[in-house]
Amino acid sequence: MGVSPMSSTGVGPVAKKKKLPETRARRPCHEMGSIMLSDEVKKEIDAEARHYPQRRAVVAEALKAVQARRGWVDDESLRDVADYLGLSFDEVDSIATFYNLIFRQPVGRHVILICDSVSCYLTGYEKLLDHLKKKLGIALGQTTADGRFTLLPNACLGLCEQAPAMMIDNETYGHLTAARIDEILGKHE
Amino acid sequence: MIEDKPLTSRMRSDGRAVSLQEYVAAGGYQGLRAALQLSRHQVIEQVAHSNLKGRGGAGFPTAKKWGLIPTDLARQPRYFVVNADEMEPGTMKDRLLMEGDPHQLIEGMIIGSYAVYASVAYLFIRGEYRQSNEVMKQAIAEAYQAGYLGQKILGSDFGLDLHVHTSAGRYMCGEETATLNALEGKRAIPRFKPPHPPVVGVWGKPTAFNNVETICCVPHILREGAHYFRSLSRTEDGGTKIYGASGRVKTPGLWELPMGTSAREIIFEHAGGVPDGCRFRGCLPGGASTAFLLEDHLDAPMDFMSLQAHGSRLGTGTLVVLDDTVCPVGMMLSLEIFFARESCGWCTPCREGLPWIAAMLEALEKGQGRQEDLHILQEHCDLLLLGRTFCALAPGAVDPLRSALKYFHDDFRRHVINRRCPWS
Amino acid sequence: MLTIYIHNEPYRVKAGINLLEACLSLGFNVPYFCWHPAIKSVGACRQCAVKVFKGPEDTRGTLLMSCVVPVADGMRISIDDPEAVHFRARVIEWLMLNHPHDCPVCDEGGECHLQDMTVMTGHVQRRTRFPKRTHVNQDLGPFVAHEMNRCIQCYRCQRFYCDYAGGRDFGVFGWHDGVYFGRAQSGTLQSEFAGNLVEVCPTGVFTDKSLAQHYTRKWDLTTGPSICVHCGLGCNTIPGARYGQLRRVYSRFNSQVNGYFLCDRGRYGYEFVNSDRRILQPRLRQEDGSLAPVAKAQALAFVGQALQRGKAIGIGSPRASLETNFALRKLVGAEHYFQGESAQKSAISEAILDCLQRGPTPTVSLHEVETCDAVLLLGEDVLNTAPMLGLAIRQASRNQPLEEVARLNVPFWLDLVARLITQDQIGPIFIAATGATRLDGLARQIYRAAPDDLARIGLAIAHLVDPTAPEVSRLPDDAFSFAHPVAEVLKAAKRPLIVSGPSLGSVELIHAAANAAWALTRAGKDARLCYAAESCNSLGAAMLGGGDLTAALELLRSGQADTVLIVENDLRRHMPENDFEELLSLARCVIAVDHLEQATTQRAHCVLPAATFAEAEGTLINNEGRAQRFYKVLPPPAAVQESWRWMGELWVASGRGEASPWPNFDAIVAALASEFAIFKDVPALAPPASFRQVGQKIGRQPHRYSGRTAETADQTVFEPPPPEDADSALAFSMEGTPLEPPSALIPRYWAPGWNSLAALNKFQIEVGGPLHDGDPGQRLIAPKPYPQSPYFKDFVSPFARRPQQFLVVPHHHIYGSEPLSAASAPVASLCPKPYIALNGADAAAAGIAGADQEVVLSLAGASLRLSVILDSTLAASLAAVPAGIAPFEGLDLPAWGTIAAAPAGGQRGGGGS
Ligand SMILES: Cc1cc2nc3c(=O)[nH]c(=O)nc-3n(C[C@H](O)[C@H](O)[C@H](O)COP(=O)(O)O)c2cc1C
Ligand code: SF4
Ligand code: FES
Repeated sequence: MGVSPMSSTGVGPVAKKKKLPETRARRPCHEMGSIMLSDEVKKEIDAEARHYPQRRAVVAEALKAVQARRGWVDDESLRDVADYLGLSFDEVDSIATFYNLIFRQPVGRHVILICDSVSCYLTGYEKLLDHLKKKLGIALGQTTADGRFTLLPNACLGLCEQAPAMMIDNETYGHLTAARIDEILGKHE
Repeated sequence: MIEDKPLTSRMRSDGRAVSLQEYVAAGGYQGLRAALQLSRHQVIEQVAHSNLKGRGGAGFPTAKKWGLIPTDLARQPRYFVVNADEMEPGTMKDRLLMEGDPHQLIEGMIIGSYAVYASVAYLFIRGEYRQSNEVMKQAIAEAYQAGYLGQKILGSDFGLDLHVHTSAGRYMCGEETATLNALEGKRAIPRFKPPHPPVVGVWGKPTAFNNVETICCVPHILREGAHYFRSLSRTEDGGTKIYGASGRVKTPGLWELPMGTSAREIIFEHAGGVPDGCRFRGCLPGGASTAFLLEDHLDAPMDFMSLQAHGSRLGTGTLVVLDDTVCPVGMMLSLEIFFARESCGWCTPCREGLPWIAAMLEALEKGQGRQEDLHILQEHCDLLLLGRTFCALAPGAVDPLRSALKYFHDDFRRHVINRRCPWS
Repeated sequence: MLTIYIHNEPYRVKAGINLLEACLSLGFNVPYFCWHPAIKSVGACRQCAVKVFKGPEDTRGTLLMSCVVPVADGMRISIDDPEAVHFRARVIEWLMLNHPHDCPVCDEGGECHLQDMTVMTGHVQRRTRFPKRTHVNQDLGPFVAHEMNRCIQCYRCQRFYCDYAGGRDFGVFGWHDGVYFGRAQSGTLQSEFAGNLVEVCPTGVFTDKSLAQHYTRKWDLTTGPSICVHCGLGCNTIPGARYGQLRRVYSRFNSQVNGYFLCDRGRYGYEFVNSDRRILQPRLRQEDGSLAPVAKAQALAFVGQALQRGKAIGIGSPRASLETNFALRKLVGAEHYFQGESAQKSAISEAILDCLQRGPTPTVSLHEVETCDAVLLLGEDVLNTAPMLGLAIRQASRNQPLEEVARLNVPFWLDLVARLITQDQIGPIFIAATGATRLDGLARQIYRAAPDDLARIGLAIAHLVDPTAPEVSRLPDDAFSFAHPVAEVLKAAKRPLIVSGPSLGSVELIHAAANAAWALTRAGKDARLCYAAESCNSLGAAMLGGGDLTAALELLRSGQADTVLIVENDLRRHMPENDFEELLSLARCVIAVDHLEQATTQRAHCVLPAATFAEAEGTLINNEGRAQRFYKVLPPPAAVQESWRWMGELWVASGRGEASPWPNFDAIVAALASEFAIFKDVPALAPPASFRQVGQKIGRQPHRYSGRTAETADQTVFEPPPPEDADSALAFSMEGTPLEPPSALIPRYWAPGWNSLAALNKFQIEVGGPLHDGDPGQRLIAPKPYPQSPYFKDFVSPFARRPQQFLVVPHHHIYGSEPLSAASAPVASLCPKPYIALNGADAAAAGIAGADQEVVLSLAGASLRLSVILDSTLAASLAAVPAGIAPFEGLDLPAWGTIAAAPAGGQRGGGGS
């Protein structure tokens, strides 16, 4: 049995090391304007925000907008999103670290989400995982040295009728075999 | 035209979504027109007569849920939320409905919103469902264009805005109150109940909350009548059901069948049975959080009441089949790893109990299990009950385990005695 | 009242509460974690499970979490039900799966709620063999230590810090059993109330960093009831000491005042007691000009002669106890006694006292603040000047939104649901201030202006509420558009509250606040009026009367005085440098009695070492006129004694009598009460020193106090007798009554099975409610509804800019503006450096390039070199400087000053910020 129950998708409570500049006592940090977000991202956030009575509702959406461009959400972007939505850094990070599709650590150019849930388990997911690990030379939660792939376990992808299945970036792949995996990986530079 | 597969009959064989034109040509949005002729109360009555029960897993009567929304309109706005977070392992039916025939869902949401005086509706789709997201957004845009959404729908006084909310992941987001927190941009922690969402829902306002499949049934009830809908079923519960089968079956898939079709028919007729040379051992009838059914139970109608006699539930109606080539303990480990990982971390029994369960199962699979582990596993099944945990996630996690410990007890014991997994 | 049946016995309980509260209030032991009496129920930990039965016939019952179940008449429950007992033990077992077995090295050990609950549930056997999850800890600044591995995920910290106290730099991260509580990144916690995490966390995740410097187990601490001396609110505290050192301060529950919490200035300011600036010996100026330690007799003889020979005046202090000020006043005579504050500050204290007594509007306790439903803050940045008042106002801001919760029949204590219903709604809070305040996030509307204009806003609101209140002429549009809705909302509220205070140095502001409150009262509202007070005994000093420092200086100038006896006061903080120098040069003899070396003691001819609050007993009057008693926590060091006791000895030394008129504390309290009608109830604040329970005093040490016989074994093998305490019914001993002491004398919270602070529930009439014999302390003043006192008519003219000048206003800082706490190392590390803040437009107009530029501020004859901060929130033509921080101490602000770019390369008067 390869997967320990706690192997996460690599976005859990991360080691909290880097120190941020302190906010001045008299100046709440949420008053500081955002400087970094591109107009395009801001537009996307604003468009989404119109759907909700409260601006904070789009926080996950905003993080995903950043991630769509950078691959992951770094501290600076997170702070920008916080400022743009009138939230604090901690408030946003509390949300960012909850959801598994938001990455708070760098990922490779392609993120492999391999389904580890029951139907895939029953149809031989473990062997495929072993194959993937060997082929990429990484464990779950890791990124290949060349920065090409990150391998993460994912809850049921809703592809049970095509199990075993995985998702790379935005594409889903079912009926996996070792050979098919090799072929699919080959298509991702 | 009276149809015995109202939910799927329009779907195209090429896998493309049914377009607005195709949908309308096949009688689409007639249900909405019918509904707008009725009072809101009458709409709910129709749905009540249809005996539509929630397809999200709990089987709560839909009309009853809508009826809980206060009729005095002091608290505004009201919201209508549809749960497309589909993450229950073994479940893939809502994806089919969204990607196959999006307008059916939109029409259902409009009718539902009308019934509960909602002015804004959200479709909460899991993030991994890229295609569903795109198809639904496209269809919603079409519906706006055609005047089915927005102000003064079809010339009535009723207006509705419908938005897609794309989730950022987590099974917990499917629990109705956690969904609402996620929608508000918070951590998807369940909320305390009561008050239930119809009284205090998203942003504290009255909120109707249903599963995709449930809402897809609604247009047909309004168009063809409650009687028609009930007649589709083989049992008391109205309508058809999207059943599915995956795991150890020859032809896994999804089928729209009369409510109350037996598991035997689904597994052996539609899914082709277990692979040749293998022996059926059991199945989870409705996703990861339902208890095992054995061979003996397969003739029971798959509806909301009948499976309870066998200690299980219909759940999502998508079967996960186990045969004798896979270790039931390993299968349980896979399930419990899922539940332990997806626990939101709010209440103690779930947050701490599930990882412990998973750790013991892992030890068993590695040949390091102990006799007392079986006792502790059983103890967890007796402790993680609804009401003792904060929400239904942990009780759902121990339902299959409890039945596995009962039905596959020998397999568990062999892991301890032989100090290895017999299948490894 | 309802009847519920517990184990088939009927009990009367209050309606509307939850089962857990009911059980605890009735004295039953039900374990719990996530529930907290102040931050209420969420039902997360599942520890408080009990069996609830549908009726007498129901024998199976249902297991329910008692903290989320409202009591109902006739309800039948069982705590001892085997299933409930088993479930509760399993919850502990789950929590222990990941909890490290590090109690011996954990600072929480011995007062850990988790330990108590573990013992209570009887969970003793470890059945898991799997590895525990681990976390990385964070550096959270000078106050709070972090050890995340001990976390039991009760969410209390996050709920207190964010939901209750409004902090935004803290949270929960991650999910499943990896949830992490802390900051997103290491760094100093920004909340003024972060220290409460130490008490709120039921285990050792958040512990007191200051205690860790000189760690002592709770059972080895000598403790006593005390009052915080770091602002005017009078929060109740329990300081703890060992080996002659003060080691920590925890909150002492008072349902009327601070409830369960303290601010960080109050919690961490105590280290001044241990400071190496402490004066521990009498000191006398020598021939060579040095100040050298001398024997007590020598010092007494010196001062006695000086008092006899010279024309002496006494200068008291707003931070000294009533008794000390009173004794000084008796010693030097009423006409030679001065309050020890500048004319401006004295006038403000007197105005506050006057407004609270003369007008019809009652003042409020902190608890009552929490019951108000609309608040106008007039000029006071409460989170910096009276932090706990800010916390109370935050709770008040929930009252209007909570009405919807009541309408939906949801109990307000169901916190998760209540917050869901109220969402981000905030009740009406209005802030009028010179610049940004830390409560701005709560404000519905903010008005920023110069102090005079703020006063005018108050007066205008008064007039808008009650047209018979004087009208304000020439009110600009923006002022009107603030004042008008405020008046409307205050009028519509059930219990509107007006808050102001002394920090802007404006009597007019005090009067304006009174007018606004009185107008509301006259308009038939149940209004309240609240003033912050600068020092812990500002109001007491005002009640005692006496002239201000200007008058004292006059007396010296006139030659009618030549000897000055200064008690617990650094005059340099109350007068500008020139006046200070003049006073020193005019006085032939200066005697200072104080705890810490400071400008005055350094210049005195004789210095007498005064006991700090921790080594003395006394009475303080807080901002609402509440008299509260504090007691010794540790005996004063050998040559140190209470200032009032010094006065008694000086009475003898100066030949006023054979013996001190106040041989003990009760004597001076009695004298005080007989002389001042307003203090007549002060003796009754607490039992006298003769009080005994079953013949015994109340021990300041717990019965588990360890190492008593060895404490001084390095010096002598004979165990010395414990120090006598003739001044109170408390003893420096572990011997003492086993009974619960009267509330004013509770030295610590402990009950069998309850070693943590949660033992408090055994001392309360009901959980969260008053202590068994009532909360200690008594308000000495009351409003006078009749005859109606006339409105104030100080017509302040609108603030007028002056070309090339700035009105320099003081901005207070929670850390730094109060001198005693600023002498505590952890607090000192957070004090701001001197700065001058300007808004960008003003700075540009003055030719100042931007932030960090060096400028010279000319103010009251002084030239101060400072570095600039740009503060866009500052009203036009104002410059803000940090109050009470060198070089600004002793300046009466606001005052007009000029600013010029500093010549390059000059000497810095103060650093940048
Ligand atoms: C942990 C958990 C996850 C759930 N996930 C889903 C889900 O993904 N989709 C869904 O429709 N219902 C899900 N449910 C059930 C919902 O809470 C809810 O009962 C249902 O969506 C209501 O819709 P219905 O009445 O139409 O069935 C979940 C429940 C739990 C406890
Ligand atoms: S850190 Fe303490 S208060 Fe916070 S969740 Fe953990 S145990 Fe509870
Ligand atoms: S105290 Fe009741 S659930 Fe935590």
